[in-house]
Amino acid sequence: MIKRANLLKIVSAVVLCSAWEIAGRIPVSYAFPTFLDSMRSFFEMIGNGMMLEAYKETLQPLVIGVLISAFLGIGLGLWIGLNNFFDWLFSPIFIVMQAAPLAALIPLLVLAYGIGLTSKVMVVCIMAMPVIVLNTSGAVRNTPESFKEMGKSFLASRASILLRIIIPAASPVIFAGLRLGVSAGFIGAILAELKITPTGVGDIITYSRSIADYPSMYAAIFSIILLAVLFLNLIEKLETVLFKGNQRGYVSD
Amino acid sequence: MAMSQINHKTTEKNSTDIGSAVSVQNISKNYGDVEALRDMSLEFPRGQLTSLLGPSGCGKTTLLKIIAGLLEPTSGHVEVNGINVSGPGPDRAFVFQDFALLPWATVLKNVAFGLQMRGVAASEREAIAERYIKSVGLAGFENSYPHELSGGMRQRVGLARALSVDADVLLMDEPFSAVDEQTRRKFQEDLLSLVRDENKTFIFVTHSIEEAVYVSDQIAILLPRPSRVSEIIRPSSFRNKGVDNIRRDSEYLDIVDNIWSSLRTYVE
Repeated sequence: MIKRANLLKIVSAVVLCSAWEIAGRIPVSYAFPTFLDSMRSFFEMIGNGMMLEAYKETLQPLVIGVLISAFLGIGLGLWIGLNNFFDWLFSPIFIVMQAAPLAALIPLLVLAYGIGLTSKVMVVCIMAMPVIVLNTSGAVRNTPESFKEMGKSFLASRASILLRIIIPAASPVIFAGLRLGVSAGFIGAILAELKITPTGVGDIITYSRSIADYPSMYAAIFSIILLAVLFLNLIEKLETVLFKGNQRGYVSD
Repeated sequence: MAMSQINHKTTEKNSTDIGSAVSVQNISKNYGDVEALRDMSLEFPRGQLTSLLGPSGCGKTTLLKIIAGLLEPTSGHVEVNGINVSGPGPDRAFVFQDFALLPWATVLKNVAFGLQMRGVAASEREAIAERYIKSVGLAGFENSYPHELSGGMRQRVGLARALSVDADVLLMDEPFSAVDEQTRRKFQEDLLSLVRDENKTFIFVTHSIEEAVYVSDQIAILLPRPSRVSEIIRPSSFRNKGVDNIRRDSEYLDIVDNIWSSLRTYVE
């Protein structure tokens, strides 16, 4: 079974890369390089250390922003989900944040926080946090009532109900939010580098576009997608380790 | 052997001085303008099984949850062993209609949950849980997850969890309504031996007339609008005739018929 799932992943990757190669060879656009050309640039940039340099820059706002979004987001989400007053107070902020056209707001952020790391972390957070907060609070609110009653009738304290019932019950949706949030955070990190100051991977994209070195540009885009996929798989592993029985489905639903 | 058991049971059941384990006094419960229960009083004799039977909407689950301490009554009070109930307590354990098993925990962890919340050490609570898992017939399933079990087996886990905390009073909210007919019959027979062997008081909510008459020492018929206890029936003769003979006993059949004729007007 697991072998088959892995096989399917490989097959879909091969199909995607072949489609890319074919589209590049037609070519669908002068600005669209083939898969093999892009890979050549990709390994070149890894070889000459350019990629490493770029990621040293890009990962800073990304990691800081994602960590803040994850911990603060889940914390706030729990709080909002458990308490109607905080729901009323905070939920609208995150709904607005999620719907706001971020690219248009970036000049405002730059005005307030400058062009440094702070602005970029903010962009990552604005992208990543709303979905984490909203998913967490929704999941907490939807904990099956009978689980909570069961906890109460077997004399669980409020803390035990939260830690042993509400959080594990909400964890699949919290992790779904975390996965969406982290992907959005990756988009935010690149967006910040494109819109605020060209550094890191954003710089490779901007620079190679300006000199029409499209293979390098797509190699940079490919690298960020690859990193995001690896990171999302890591989160999935974390979920499996933390909440083993959950992936096996709910009983009462 | 069988004879001596029956004699023992008869004397126990016939003694009139069994006190009440649970006493419900003048309970009212309103949800906003809706009156769920009005001025309800009921005694639950120690060591016996009392059914709360009535059409849907008669407040039987509400009453059970008030006894459990999960709901606050609007007025009136509940005493368990003479002590006023102000919330869930170690003297009561609950069996849920939808089992309420934690899907991420194994059978063993689910059964041990109540003991864990009471602060029993891990090795001790697992030993106790294993014993009760065996006693409900689930030996070998300790490390299974709830979704791997059938509906009947899941409710056995719920029952083992409630038994393992060794509470005086077992509150059962339509425990067999989500399992299939054959499993339910087996459960009902097992419940009878449980009532006989364990020195516990059972409060059993059901909407099945046959089930109530089959398992109960005392049946409280609840009627809706406003909710009240309309009748208390204590089957006398067939309880000692063995599980196989109950369903064809004439008293059993008469009681089932009588209950239906008094309930039928309330069922639309």
